[in-house]
Amino acid sequence: MNVNVKINGVSYSVPRNATILEACKAASIHIPTLCYLKGLSEIGACRMCLVEVKGARSMVASCVAPVNEGMEIFTNTPAIRRARKMNLELILSDHDKNCLNCARNQSCELQRYCREYGVEDQNYFTGKVNEFRKDNSTLAIVRDNNKCILCRRCVAACQVQQKVGVIGVNDRGFDTHIGCAFEKNLGDSPCILCGQCVVVCPTGALVEKGQTDDVLNAVADKTKHALVCTAPSVRATLGECFGMAPGTDVEGKMVAALRRLGFEGVFNMNLTADLTIMEEATELIERIQNGGKLPLITSCSPGWIKYCEHYYPEFIENLSSCKSPQQMFGALAKTYYAHKMGWDPEDIVFVSVIPCTAKKFEVKREGQSAAGVYDVDYAITTRELGKMIKRSGIAFDELPDEEFDNPFSIGSGAGAIFGATGGVMEAALRTAAEVILQKPLEVLDFTEVRGIAGIKKATYKIGDFELNVAVASGTANAAELLDLVKSGKETFHFIEIMACPGGCVNGGGQPTQPSYVLNNINLREVRAKVLYNADKDLPLRKSHENAQVKAIYDEFLGKPGSHKAHEILHTFYVKRGK
Amino acid sequence: MIRSHVLICGGTGCTSSGSVALKEALASELKAKGLDEEVKIVMTGCFGLCALGPIMIVYPDGTFYSRVTINDIPEIVDEHLLKGRIVDRLVYNDTTVEVEEGAHISLNDTTFYKKQKRVALRNCGVINPEVVDEYIAMDGYQALGKVLTEMSPAQVIQLMKDSGLRGRGGGGFPTGMKWDFAAKSVSDKKYVVCNADEGDPGAFMDRSVLEGDPHAVIEAMAIAGYAIGADEGYIYVRAEYPIAIKRLTIAIAQAREYGLLGKDIFSTSFNFDIQLRFGAGAFVCGEETALLTSIEGNRGEPRPRPPFPAVKGLFGQPTIINNVETFANIPQIILKGAEWFASMGTEKSKGTKVFALGGKITHTGLVEIPMGTTLREIVEEIGGGVPNGKKFKAAQTGGPSGGCIPASHIDTPIDYDNLIAIGSMMGSGGLIVMDEDNCMVDIAKFFLEFTVDESCGKCTPCRIGTRRMLELLTKITNGNGTLEDIDHLEELAKHIKATALCGLGQTAPNPVLSTLRYFRDEYIAHVVEKRCPAGVCKNLVSYEIVADKCKGCTACRRACPVGAISGEVKQSHIIDKNKCIKCGVCVTKCKFDAIIRK
Amino acid sequence: MKTLAELAALRDKMKDKVALREGTGEKRIVVGMATCGIAAGARPVLNAFVVAINEAGLTGNVTVTQTGCIGICQYEPVVEVYESGKEKVTYVKMTSEKAQKVIEEHIKGGRPVKEYTIGEIKH
Repeated sequence: MNVNVKINGVSYSVPRNATILEACKAASIHIPTLCYLKGLSEIGACRMCLVEVKGARSMVASCVAPVNEGMEIFTNTPAIRRARKMNLELILSDHDKNCLNCARNQSCELQRYCREYGVEDQNYFTGKVNEFRKDNSTLAIVRDNNKCILCRRCVAACQVQQKVGVIGVNDRGFDTHIGCAFEKNLGDSPCILCGQCVVVCPTGALVEKGQTDDVLNAVADKTKHALVCTAPSVRATLGECFGMAPGTDVEGKMVAALRRLGFEGVFNMNLTADLTIMEEATELIERIQNGGKLPLITSCSPGWIKYCEHYYPEFIENLSSCKSPQQMFGALAKTYYAHKMGWDPEDIVFVSVIPCTAKKFEVKREGQSAAGVYDVDYAITTRELGKMIKRSGIAFDELPDEEFDNPFSIGSGAGAIFGATGGVMEAALRTAAEVILQKPLEVLDFTEVRGIAGIKKATYKIGDFELNVAVASGTANAAELLDLVKSGKETFHFIEIMACPGGCVNGGGQPTQPSYVLNNINLREVRAKVLYNADKDLPLRKSHENAQVKAIYDEFLGKPGSHKAHEILHTFYVKRGK
Repeated sequence: MIRSHVLICGGTGCTSSGSVALKEALASELKAKGLDEEVKIVMTGCFGLCALGPIMIVYPDGTFYSRVTINDIPEIVDEHLLKGRIVDRLVYNDTTVEVEEGAHISLNDTTFYKKQKRVALRNCGVINPEVVDEYIAMDGYQALGKVLTEMSPAQVIQLMKDSGLRGRGGGGFPTGMKWDFAAKSVSDKKYVVCNADEGDPGAFMDRSVLEGDPHAVIEAMAIAGYAIGADEGYIYVRAEYPIAIKRLTIAIAQAREYGLLGKDIFSTSFNFDIQLRFGAGAFVCGEETALLTSIEGNRGEPRPRPPFPAVKGLFGQPTIINNVETFANIPQIILKGAEWFASMGTEKSKGTKVFALGGKITHTGLVEIPMGTTLREIVEEIGGGVPNGKKFKAAQTGGPSGGCIPASHIDTPIDYDNLIAIGSMMGSGGLIVMDEDNCMVDIAKFFLEFTVDESCGKCTPCRIGTRRMLELLTKITNGNGTLEDIDHLEELAKHIKATALCGLGQTAPNPVLSTLRYFRDEYIAHVVEKRCPAGVCKNLVSYEIVADKCKGCTACRRACPVGAISGEVKQSHIIDKNKCIKCGVCVTKCKFDAIIRK
Repeated sequence: MKTLAELAALRDKMKDKVALREGTGEKRIVVGMATCGIAAGARPVLNAFVVAINEAGLTGNVTVTQTGCIGICQYEPVVEVYESGKEKVTYVKMTSEKAQKVIEEHIKGGRPVKEYTIGEIKH
């Protein structure tokens, strides 16, 4: 059902349930928003999206106001322009305006609107400016409330989307600010460091704890061997840091850039994704056959692991003991590869590029030091890699496509799709099914577990065995699924959980996109498509057929699940308080 | 056998001035004199004349005693209750009404009460609110019985519409229409919510109703539940109203005991029950969507409308929210009819309105008057005028959301639309009278300080804008303002009014806008002449001793708290302006009018 | 409480109890209760009137109240009955028994009990 509205004097027919904002978008009119995230944060608080509606007492927040039959909307009157500008002026009057050294300079949504609305006098309003202490207390996320505009997108991400809820609104009026209960540091809270707050922040109030200079300096240190590997989803998003459209695959340029940054080895983490499948599929079969703890739950996502440890410790025994692909890689680099190269593990600086902030925490966990030193020295986000490339004067878009270095260059299609929700499940199913059936599968696509739905369930018949699986992404969905398991209403053999909604393609370390992109493009879907396309086109689509993985077992680990494999590739978890 | 009732006010005002101790003293004195079987003590709700408390009324003669103390009790018992001799010195004397020498007027004949029309307050000060039987004696719960047994929900709503009743909480939305929207929203679950989070500074209309006549609200909520199809109600009452909470708790329990709340009320299939929720003191929780958010267990903050509560309210279900005073009118509208109610008031504002009179007025307290009564009648007649021979300057209505009515509009009949037209609003009913000693810039600043303090911080214009307004006002009252600052202030005020998220934010600039409208010259005096015409803004005031008039008595010198005054005995004194903190004590001490304030 | 009738019954029962507060009734019985009156036995008289009015269900129409010394101490207990539009009637040397008769004949019946009035007694 449609209704007829007039926008700036022009008639349109728009869906009855549309908001004014959506109606205007359909009419090619861009309305600025700061607090609004479709389906997540619909609070009408920032008052940037104001429009005039004929007959209304005051201006109307278009993000939350529905259209009505015959509504006359004005989006660009002098009063509207002045109102939006004045709100920007008010925000600036209580804002740290040191844009030049802000991590979000030029990608800041506030900055952009100030420019668009011609805010020339950034001191139009003067008066008291709040001074907040910077919260540097975690290994991954830094909060600087002096840059915060109280749009509350982070709060919605934390409370609604992730059901973590460690941040909320404290105090009121002019003193209002975002923080933990009782003004605790984030580091003292049960934050899972997923970074979903960071990717929705429109300004520089939330950023990852940057390690770009540390990494660049380590690379420049000639006494060390700097190695790098990139997670499956990074190639699908890094281009966004350079203004490319979401969904651009930049694997070749990414490899070329890393080589030009000076890394001695540029490796493909898709390989350890395959390795993870070898170990995890083995673990699954072993648990099913020997009456082990079920369901087995994946352990690739460090945000999910931390969530489980804080909020669902009763499921710790269900977690796969496999390290994440990043940690497996670091462990192999400092044992297998170090031995091969005749290097002291201490001389290796192992860097991973990941779409994740929680991995900065994961590298410092106990049980992640196969060679007696940390498996991974630095975990840097896609965003940080983008900055390093820019800082190093590398013209990313002009780079040729290059390939990963041996002996860690090959990843299967199964490894590639690790970066999307359902990918680990599908990869594991391909391998587990073939291992159990001892013959090749006819169809490799397990489409029931694909797609961006928060919870997916499926039952697969493998021989005589009916395997019940479930996939959840976003910890609120994970909680819902785990509660279902706890209630005993449904039973599963294998569950994949990713902390971030949509999986790693939407990870907390991925490039930020402004709200008008987040509200109008399904970023998760577009980015995941890169991975599924890669899988589709690859001749190698099963982890257990990866020749380099086989070589690692033959030369070093023995077979999947071996004692050696456990020493190098497996870990343990601890119960943490709420 | 009881021959006399002594009513003692148990409202918050009189409780604070000692009415509970008074009641105990009276009870023991009656017992001692053997009168406890003949005289009954009744603790009631508020009579309205709070400034004169504790208040006591003796029936059957209706003698009205004010400012009674425990020491007066033996005399009242001996003389009045035993011998029938009224204790003259304690009788409230209304100087505006002529009575014969030695005679006394009864309560209802005082000018304070005579012009009043008590509908919402009809039982306040008359019945014991803790005894449901007394409410029933006053036709209580007859209205509920009538709607349940004789009327359809649609008829109830039509009656409400016909009565013309509008929301008494401030907005003035037609109650019948609100109920109609909720009735038409399709849902298995609906709610009736009573907004008892009265937060305007100086306003206590709702508190008085809850303390004096809690069953009226409960009965009305049940009627509303029947009309819209709800079976559950919440009363959201401020935790700062302990007496109201206690009486509501008692009243709900009594109503349940009598089967007036609960299942199958009056043997019909109608079920309704009520729960209490306590507000923790945030002003914004009086805003309906913030109130609902708070009941739901979240930080009390407004949410955008639409969707309106009638469509999507408490816990996402259709909900009506009415204010206490609105509910208090409803049982009588049902019993006496829409025409009766609509016969009172003006064309678009029917019935009566309760106001809390405060400020520079002789009778501070609660009054209920028909809509359309002029401000002059309220101030000069009911309120007894401005004390100390000062001149009426303006009245502030609507609290921090309202504006001021200048003396030039004193003959405006008070109703919703007239108040809006002159830049104020009805609000919940606070009415603060100001005289020539009030600085209007300072008044605007006072209300804005309140709003800044109480802003929830959700939307940008209110969170930052009101703060910036206050800073500009402070600059002006400190004598550092410029004409540009006034323009800036006005621009910002209009911006907030047009763009804030909720009603509180949108109305927060009203005190500034209305004082700018009527008293712009005072603002200009502050910035151009660096002078506060009313002599309130300390930075703009200085004190001087006129040498010719000073007798050197040293009274001012001794009174000055900071030693700013010097001078020998019998010689004229001098004020050191650098030391002076402008407290004005010296002026009050000088017997020779030798100290002037500039 | 399940029916409107029950509610009405309770209301009617309670109405008398609060009627005292409705202000002055059509008729007022004023009992002299100064020291002289009390000494002469005015209190039982007052109570007798209150009880009788209650029992007769006349609380809504008749107010019983006290007053001070009227100045005719030798005739105490003195009781005056006021009725709007009529001359007041002054009864003297009252007792509880006489009170019953005043209620019956004067208050209910509208015929003052002449033999108790001050005019008769003086003679």
